[in-house]
Amino acid sequence: MSDHAATAETTTSRTLPKGAKGVVHDWSSDQRAFKTATWHKAMMWIFLLSDTFVFSCFLIAYMTVRMTTLEPWPNASEVFALTIGGESIPLILIAIMTFVLISSSGTMAMAVNCGYAKDRVKTTVLLLVTAALGATFVGMQAFEWTKLIHEGVRPWGNPWGAPQFGSTFFMITGFHGTHVTIGVIFLLIVARKVWRGDYDREKPGYFTSQKGDYQLVEIMGLYWHFVDLVWVFIFAFFYLW
Amino acid sequence: MGHSTSAELGQQHPLKLYFVVWGWLFILSAGSYTIDLVHLEGALRWSLILIFMLLKAGLIVAVFMHMCWERLALIYAILLPPFAVMVFVAIMAFESDHTYDTRGASFSVETTR
Repeated sequence: MSDHAATAETTTSRTLPKGAKGVVHDWSSDQRAFKTATWHKAMMWIFLLSDTFVFSCFLIAYMTVRMTTLEPWPNASEVFALTIGGESIPLILIAIMTFVLISSSGTMAMAVNCGYAKDRVKTTVLLLVTAALGATFVGMQAFEWTKLIHEGVRPWGNPWGAPQFGSTFFMITGFHGTHVTIGVIFLLIVARKVWRGDYDREKPGYFTSQKGDYQLVEIMGLYWHFVDLVWVFIFAFFYLW
Repeated sequence: MGHSTSAELGQQHPLKLYFVVWGWLFILSAGSYTIDLVHLEGALRWSLILIFMLLKAGLIVAVFMHMCWERLALIYAILLPPFAVMVFVAIMAFESDHTYDTRGASFSVETTR
């Protein structure tokens, strides 16, 4: 879509119909359905929707094996307890990981805000803080995996009960951890671009001839918040249930 | 899409709102953790887990991901399809009950002879 068309579109964005009428109007308009979202953003959302289905399938698989097994399911509260100062605190590592990830979501939201304010330094710093918190999360997950593997958890069995516990645990947290890792890598890439002033100079990205701008920070943010969002569900269903 | 649109379409909102949501996410997470810490059991436990989970998810999607400022055409396109997952959950839960009963009848130590 050309700049000209896009500009013409936005000048009318305030007069677009709202509510159900707006939905019909947008979807039947014979040009593009997402009037006020750029294609970059719409495509990220569609990717996240497909990723939602992937994680849903994992969680449904987990539900299925847990509901069908005759053996007792290991008590997550005890399995993920840590002994600190001679006292066993249930789920403490998971709780800390949750807070780390939420903190990173907060700094990401701030980064997006500073990006639109064109504050290059603040945006870079906040993106780097977000990446650092993400890396911390992955580090803690690596620690958790190591601990469980030492205790004898395998994808085919564990010392406490239903063997499916291990396979679902490694599958779900592994896939989530991979997402966080990829997120950290891309946060560093976007941070570098912001620092260099790529988005001020509208420098195009690697695979596109379209001009870059600070909206790409927001789209990076969508991915990062999604990773946090998935963790909310994993935390509820895998660790607390 | 060129830069000319970003100023118009950019999602910039008061920082205070982000801080409030951030605070609530901490409070809700602490609430979720407390459920486990004080050993709540039964219906109270499951319902609180789900309520805290949905509130957290809602806040993240609506505010941090800016969904509440998007147009309905995008909101419906993204948020409605996941409801199909609920049907999948129902099917698998139904099937799982059946599998569990069958396994109980065929493999359980107590029931075999």
